Amino acid sequence: MAANVVMRVWRGDAGGGEFRDYEVVAEEGEVVLDVLHRVQASQAGDLALRWNCKAGRCGSCSAEINGLPRLTCMTRMNLFPQDEPVIVAPMSTFPLIRDLVTDVSLNYETAKKVPPFVPRPREPDGTYRMQQADIDRVQEFHRCIECFLCQNVCHVIRDHEENKDAFAGPRMFIRYAELEMHPLDTNDRRELLQARAGLGMCNITKCCTEVCPERIRITDNAIIPLKERVVDVRYDPIVWLGRKIRRRKSAGQR
Amino acid sequence: MADYETHSFDVVVVGAGGAGLRAAIEASAQGARTAMVCKSLLGKAHTVMAEGGIAAALANVYPEDNWRVHFRDTMRGGKLLSNWRMAQIHAQEAPDRVLELEEWGALFDRTADGRILQRDFGGHRYARLAHVGDRTGLEMIRTLQHRAVQAGIEVFMECTITRLLADGGRIAGALGYRRESGRFVVFRASAVVLATGGVGKAYKVTSNSWEYTGDGHALALWAGADLIDMEFVQFHPTGMVWPPSVRGILVTEGVRGDGGVLRNALGERFMFRYIPEMFRAETAETEEEADRWYTDRSVGRTPDLLPRDEVARAINTEIKEDRGSPHGGVYLDIATRRDSGYITRRLPGMYHQFLELADVDITKEPMEVGPTCHYMMGGVRVDAETQASTLPGLFAAGEVAGGMHGANRLGGNSLSDLLVFGQRAGRSAAEYAGRPTAHPVVNTSEAEELVREALQPFEATGSENPYTIQQDLQECMQTMVGIIRTEDELTKAFDELAVLTERAGRVRVEGHRQYNPGWHLALDLDPLLAVSECIARAALERTESRGAQTREDYPDTDPELGKVNVVVRQRKGELVLTREPLPPIPDELLALLEDV
Repeated sequence: MAANVVMRVWRGDAGGGEFRDYEVVAEEGEVVLDVLHRVQASQAGDLALRWNCKAGRCGSCSAEINGLPRLTCMTRMNLFPQDEPVIVAPMSTFPLIRDLVTDVSLNYETAKKVPPFVPRPREPDGTYRMQQADIDRVQEFHRCIECFLCQNVCHVIRDHEENKDAFAGPRMFIRYAELEMHPLDTNDRRELLQARAGLGMCNITKCCTEVCPERIRITDNAIIPLKERVVDVRYDPIVWLGRKIRRRKSAGQR
Repeated sequence: MADYETHSFDVVVVGAGGAGLRAAIEASAQGARTAMVCKSLLGKAHTVMAEGGIAAALANVYPEDNWRVHFRDTMRGGKLLSNWRMAQIHAQEAPDRVLELEEWGALFDRTADGRILQRDFGGHRYARLAHVGDRTGLEMIRTLQHRAVQAGIEVFMECTITRLLADGGRIAGALGYRRESGRFVVFRASAVVLATGGVGKAYKVTSNSWEYTGDGHALALWAGADLIDMEFVQFHPTGMVWPPSVRGILVTEGVRGDGGVLRNALGERFMFRYIPEMFRAETAETEEEADRWYTDRSVGRTPDLLPRDEVARAINTEIKEDRGSPHGGVYLDIATRRDSGYITRRLPGMYHQFLELADVDITKEPMEVGPTCHYMMGGVRVDAETQASTLPGLFAAGEVAGGMHGANRLGGNSLSDLLVFGQRAGRSAAEYAGRPTAHPVVNTSEAEELVREALQPFEATGSENPYTIQQDLQECMQTMVGIIRTEDELTKAFDELAVLTERAGRVRVEGHRQYNPGWHLALDLDPLLAVSECIARAALERTESRGAQTREDYPDTDPELGKVNVVVRQRKGELVLTREPLPPIPDELLALLEDV
């Protein structure tokens, strides 16, 4: 069931640009990325876009399709009415490099600031023992494919350029959460989360959760529990004093 | 004047998948100033697509497992053509590398007593694959990525290396370009580690991403290093076949490891008809026996879990003989044996992939699958201990290195290979770079000439489209240098490759140098074509059928050819092929192979 479609694709760079229409065939079952590849191969060899796995596992091909932030490799063409152009624009939170490619280096820079994983010692038999039930939550966070769609829709940075230095964003909160809730980790990042990563700026509108292609419950399972932990350490004087003395988290906390 | 930026390091690692990351982490830990250069963003390399797991004889599920059994399985899976010492090192060191990942934060699925859970896979006697559902590669690459970031390793993302630079017979550095700006970069380095993966993009139906254009194989070849086993290209038995958009996308062997079975259009479990002599004693003869094997290891393993070369060939035959599914595949069914909770917990990626891309609910209905080009066994000839190539200063690890997997790789042995030999390559490269010898010098006029050549497609008077040439190449390799090969077709493929190479010289690209995929592809055609020719030439040279190489005109295995590697090297611009003896295997290890 091949059909002719119009792809309305943003072409341009930091200096400016415009949407351009490409009339192209979409074959049965195809996703937006397939059709963009056909545009590339037949009409616009220099159309800039990122992709790798084409199976929703690498998080390279993020874009805004008809205004919705999505992976182009997992967005079927049959979602859209055939007689209207499919509009493909780059993620708008990040500086444009060219066409659909944006400068996402902000995320890589923020990642460098996350204090590392520091495991407790192994068991006497040389293993680490963990129950599956105790790692289910962290494994959910490890599903993150770093597509940065959550960063893209978060209004704290989407609408406020000035917050980019002070706010780590949903992707990094997932990263903090996976470390904080890791059964083996002994590092404590809670002070930092509030003071430097800007956790308090999130007002839990859940936009990040809605766009996550991995269906990670970012707000409910990562951000809100982090907020609770930060409240514990910052505002309870007895807990605070206890922490100062013991300098490490007790296993029972987890 | 030079139109490039220059950076100096002790060790430059090309590629940032599992092998590249592990090599860079090790080189850096040894004190070498280390850079990693990768074509995509960090964390997007093909390792992220690995699904089923990391093979390592941890013996968590079957206490009787140990490195000797893993070694045996690997050698037999490779049809006894693997470098025995690499297979031994791999089997011995894989468990430590897995435990190390855990120490760096990786969270594998657990056994009931809290240790790392292991799953069954093809060709492995025991459940051996440490895994995280069906997204093990993601866990591995992210863990290594965080570790590398912590170590402060400098990463040149979206930067493609186009040539190695040499100084009097040893490595002096590498030349590349930044995809974002189109600007060129010269890396001065005493040691270079190739970790560039394979060449799946030479084929039409492939599980590989755009990056897989044989870069490392070609870089090594052009620099004068030896390649071995280039005839062995693995076709994974189970790729998606429908709709056309997803043709080739990987369906993990974990589906079969976790209980899935293959059936043809007649409903037959056809694998029972394709059990080779070599595996007969350890393989189930009846469906009842095969079904029992999931819980009882005293009986034979289901033939659905024969090594990949056997299963891919069987599926190919079923389809050819008209017993395939409507869209040209066979059926893979896990819904019959497992309930939906089990399937979505163990194979969540497969579940969503089929539901979203093919409208198939794998908890209720079978998948349609068929062979897809997946992995390159052949690669840079390396020393088993150090991963040093035949060119001083050049090292190779992971898929781009040859020898470890022989004629066919077992599933799960790739991720462990990346870790084991990535670590060794990083250590050796750092040691080599730290030797008190004079630093090699980059020949600047050579670099400037290479830059001029790379910019040719903007000025060329020709009209060839790089995308069209790649499609034609994929068609040629798929049909004539694919799963089944003949002298006639291989010879035709040479002629076709010569024409394609000539056409590639007339490629013209539009636009400018900033993030221009057409230009990037035009440059990727060089390694693609060079490596494709190596594959076809080596396939012609090996006049037998063994592992992934099936010659219709030489259907039998030739014991004499089982004693040699086909070596490919470039001399004076021409490919030279020789047959060279395998290193002799010590008696005590040989004895392990015969034990069934």
